[in-house]
Amino acid sequence: MTARDVVLGRIRAALGDPRVAPAPVPREYRPAGAVATDLDLFVDRLTDYRATVHRCADTDVARIVDEVLGGRQVVVPPGLPRHWLPGSVRAVPDDNLTAARIAALDGVVTAAAVAVAETGTIVLDGAPDQGRRIITLLPDVHVCVVRSDQVVATVPDALTRITPHRPLTWISGPSATSDIELNRVEGVHGPRNLHVIITA
Amino acid sequence: MTRTFLGMPTTAPRGVGHLREGEPFPAAARRGLADPQLRRNLRHATTTIRAKSGAVIAEVPDWQQLRAAGSAVKADTMARLPELLEQLEAAVTAAGGTVHWAVDAVEANRIVTGLVRAAGADRVMKVKSMATQEIGLNEALEAVGIEPVETDLAELIVQLGRDKPSHILVPAIHRNRAEIREIFLREMPDVDPGLTDEPAVLAAAARRHLRETFLSTRVAVSGANFAVAETGTLAVVESEGNGRMCLTLPETLITVMGIEKVVPTWRDLEVFLQLLPRASTGERMNPYTSMWTGVTPGDGPQAFHLVLLDNGRSAVLADEVGRQALHCIRCSACLNVCPVYERTGGHAYGSVYPGPIGAVLSPQLTGVADNASLPYASSLCGACYDACPVMIDIPSILVHLRAEAPHPRAEAAAMAAAAYTMDHPALYAAAQRAAKLSRLAGPRGRGLPPPLSGWTASRDLPEPPPQTFRQWWAQR
Repeated sequence: MTARDVVLGRIRAALGDPRVAPAPVPREYRPAGAVATDLDLFVDRLTDYRATVHRCADTDVARIVDEVLGGRQVVVPPGLPRHWLPGSVRAVPDDNLTAARIAALDGVVTAAAVAVAETGTIVLDGAPDQGRRIITLLPDVHVCVVRSDQVVATVPDALTRITPHRPLTWISGPSATSDIELNRVEGVHGPRNLHVIITA
Repeated sequence: MTRTFLGMPTTAPRGVGHLREGEPFPAAARRGLADPQLRRNLRHATTTIRAKSGAVIAEVPDWQQLRAAGSAVKADTMARLPELLEQLEAAVTAAGGTVHWAVDAVEANRIVTGLVRAAGADRVMKVKSMATQEIGLNEALEAVGIEPVETDLAELIVQLGRDKPSHILVPAIHRNRAEIREIFLREMPDVDPGLTDEPAVLAAAARRHLRETFLSTRVAVSGANFAVAETGTLAVVESEGNGRMCLTLPETLITVMGIEKVVPTWRDLEVFLQLLPRASTGERMNPYTSMWTGVTPGDGPQAFHLVLLDNGRSAVLADEVGRQALHCIRCSACLNVCPVYERTGGHAYGSVYPGPIGAVLSPQLTGVADNASLPYASSLCGACYDACPVMIDIPSILVHLRAEAPHPRAEAAAMAAAAYTMDHPALYAAAQRAAKLSRLAGPRGRGLPPPLSGWTASRDLPEPPPQTFRQWWAQR
């Protein structure tokens, strides 16, 4: 008898025969679509997590990227809109760069898949304008461009907009720890600086 | 219907992992109570986290509805556990992962050790995980010459300090910044000797210490917060980014997951991703949540193994009262509100699961006889029930388990005699008159003689009244 048979057999025996049918799940909480999106709340939540927020037109993204990363080397995913990058940064496209190479770069610029206003969360799903998970992990500065129509109100809203079959990274502020006397410290292993650019 | 006899569900094996108390809770708790530094560290930590958590929970208008949904999803999960696990297995396999089943800690350790060896690695990096703590995976890996590296800051502090975790979420909660600095100076090669005890400086030291490990280690081991049966998606929530490092950088990822962690549908995550961060760290959302389904060509580990762990969980499931302990999402809210935990610390519970949830979960995973004092490690004040984001009725399970724990023969005999006396009115009246005589024996607070002194060592013996109710009634 395999371990699988033993475990499943034990669980079935534990539940008894006939089984007691479970009660239906009450879903009286706010479902997807119940709350209007509040962009100011999104900004407030991001700021509370010590992300730096910029709001501008899509045509102004390059100017902000220049302010944050001008003169430095940044990794960019293959599908990143080129007009987001100023001439002042040295863009290194991710064509399967090694981990060591990515770790040696200063920053990364990506788009996002969806964002949650109520929690200040951005979600990346590995689409061509966001790239592999590794490129938003190793450099110390992450600049993420979020279109305002990608911002939803709540966590239930976000789950309806993304597909589980992609690798998903939910990001709420920069890397942080509270392990020392429960003092929040930004910046442990992931990017220590998160800049979110919200475009109209 | 005929069914193959599989015997009674068995509990976690003895001598493996970290579920059993070395000494009874009352003895271990005395040490914690006598340590003023520990009590200061704990009081500061639990007070801080209670305030943070309370504030962000108050922001959510539908918190109680979310709790009710979370509780019901978990009850539904337990009722359909065999089918959901089979569905999860099929979905993970279809997405390119490999599923393994482990009856107990011994088998789980054997599977993981074998997978690490097959990958040709002599070092693994680990995401903080209660399941691998429970089964003693680090010790099993070390026994065959594989080095496990804990990458969560608190787990690293515990590992470097040759210490034991004392909290589910913040395992080094019992250490303050000065103690952590001492540990880093002693145990981290190449650490800056001018290291201060500023939390930001200590965190930066950990970052430098672990960077090379992240970039050069080919196998990682994680736990899982949730696994979606419908889609085969695994989810890990964390803060520091060490989780992302381990889940993204290696060639091989091995995830060890208790069978109770499965949730039926993708939509169910909308409930738990709202409940967990606010109840556990007091944040609206934890900084990083990673979700993956099997393997993704060109992104992340190209080999994924999921180990489904029983290790006593089916025995817990067999107890209709106790089974709701399996609903636990390991948020640790019950620890942070517990007056007993705050004063004794997590080590007193002797198990990897401390606090109120540990007092009900550990004895069930091992069999109550092996952790007999833990159901008593509570004042039954009910704060844990109020704090639990999935509404586990911990006080009721504690009382239920107390009835199952073996009792001293003298206590059992005394209780049987009391029951007999109270069943017989004449005897009862005589006993009440006799009890009055005990007033002559001395003032309030005097304990009972051995062997019943064990009962009165930590309880005041009530003083009999000068007049019984029956005497008063007779005089009217």
